Amino acid sequence: MRTDVNRINESTPHQELTEGLMMFAGGTSKEFKTGEWRTSTPVFIKEKCKQCLLCAPVCPDGSIPVKDSKRDDFDYDHCKGCGICEKACPFGAIEMREGLS
Amino acid sequence: MPKKDRMSGNEAVAYAIKQVNPDVMPAFPITPSTEIPQLVSTYIANGQMDTEFIPVESEHSSMSATIGAEAAGARSLTATSSCGLALMWEELLLAASNRMPCVLALVNRTLSGPININCDHSDSMGARDTGWIQIYAEDNQEAYDNFIQAYPIAEDKNVHLPVMICQDGFITSHAVQNIELLDDDTVKDFVGTYEPEEFLLNPGKPVAVGPYSVSNYAMEAKKNQELAMENSKEVILRVAGEFERVSGRSYGFFEEYRTGDADYIMLIMGSAAGTAKQACDDLRDKGMKVGVLKLRVFRPFPAKEIAKALSGCKCVAIMDRCECYNGNGGPLSMEVCAALFKYNAGIKAVSYMYGLAGRDFTVEHVYDIFDEIDAAIKNGKEIEQYQYIGLRK
Repeated sequence: MRTDVNRINESTPHQELTEGLMMFAGGTSKEFKTGEWRTSTPVFIKEKCKQCLLCAPVCPDGSIPVKDSKRDDFDYDHCKGCGICEKACPFGAIEMREGLS
Repeated sequence: MPKKDRMSGNEAVAYAIKQVNPDVMPAFPITPSTEIPQLVSTYIANGQMDTEFIPVESEHSSMSATIGAEAAGARSLTATSSCGLALMWEELLLAASNRMPCVLALVNRTLSGPININCDHSDSMGARDTGWIQIYAEDNQEAYDNFIQAYPIAEDKNVHLPVMICQDGFITSHAVQNIELLDDDTVKDFVGTYEPEEFLLNPGKPVAVGPYSVSNYAMEAKKNQELAMENSKEVILRVAGEFERVSGRSYGFFEEYRTGDADYIMLIMGSAAGTAKQACDDLRDKGMKVGVLKLRVFRPFPAKEIAKALSGCKCVAIMDRCECYNGNGGPLSMEVCAALFKYNAGIKAVSYMYGLAGRDFTVEHVYDIFDEIDAAIKNGKEIEQYQYIGLRK
């Protein structure tokens, strides 16, 4: 029953789909680009950022990448533009702008 | 060696559960099915079985936990009745669409309202389109036998669907009757060890169960689920054949009782089939050619087989023990009539409503129905469709 789910796509006939659409792989949500749902977009103003990192843990989509204790620019492939990070930032280093980009 | 005993329907199913000894049973008590989890937990407390019993806080939870345990790789089951089944609604559909071969021991009880604890089929009939296989019993023996056949059907690789084993509340669940029990080893061999191919607690082989599906996939998934239901027909008959070899008791989609040369046939499900058979014998003694078709498997619905079995008679009385408020008869009547039309059976059909909320259904009622049909066929008089049997007017 275990099949390579990477070979399944939107033109796969029903006989070749997995039973109950079971996914035989982990972490596949990365492939699903939810960024296109966005109607407003957070902008990272690097000069104002103190690297306090209050924003990263409140992001519901893990779209604020942190490396070596420092945040980087947004992952716009997955950010849905909810604006929670803007509210969390005490330094005005995140601004929400209308539109997808 | 099979053992003769006397048991209620609940005792019989609990005994079958003990013999099968599944891995996990989450359950919440509700009349009249309460005895099933109660007896099972007693067996566990006495060390007679080692099923993990989970006392949950509601039926929504018992079905959720059953699905979770099944997905994890455990042979799982629960039991319920009436509003308990209604509270499982969302999960019933998920058990089927996630292709979980779990089992539900249902003791049929009226759905509210008016609130009532007695038998009709409104609970399971309401769940008829949730994707579960549904098998109905006439008595305690059949409830026991059907339960033992449930896992081999559900777990067949061409099926992988949940199975609901139904018996009539109080009438079957609480009345004590004679029963023939298989011995433990026979049941163990018959049901076998559960060896799922894919399951959550399987290190190194990750799997996600029940993922979100966009439109481009969902319709194909539904077709596959529907095909599994079609496949189950063959499996149900094969498992019944294997069961006959170990028990000597024969089962199919339905039982045909004196229907061979019958002019009129009553189509009925559950415990009232016993009443219908008795009345049928009485009328046969008086020279009336009548028979009974007792439906055992309602899902998958054996439409073609029913149409064929009825095609030799002049008229069928379709007996519904469930109101579905469509103004046109009960669910059994709708599906049987559709089958008769689709497969050109060319016979008359009359739908009746009986036994709602535990209302008595007697041999006299059956005599009256056959007399009415006989008079109508002989005189060409139209029969009033969709009558309530025993209704005060």
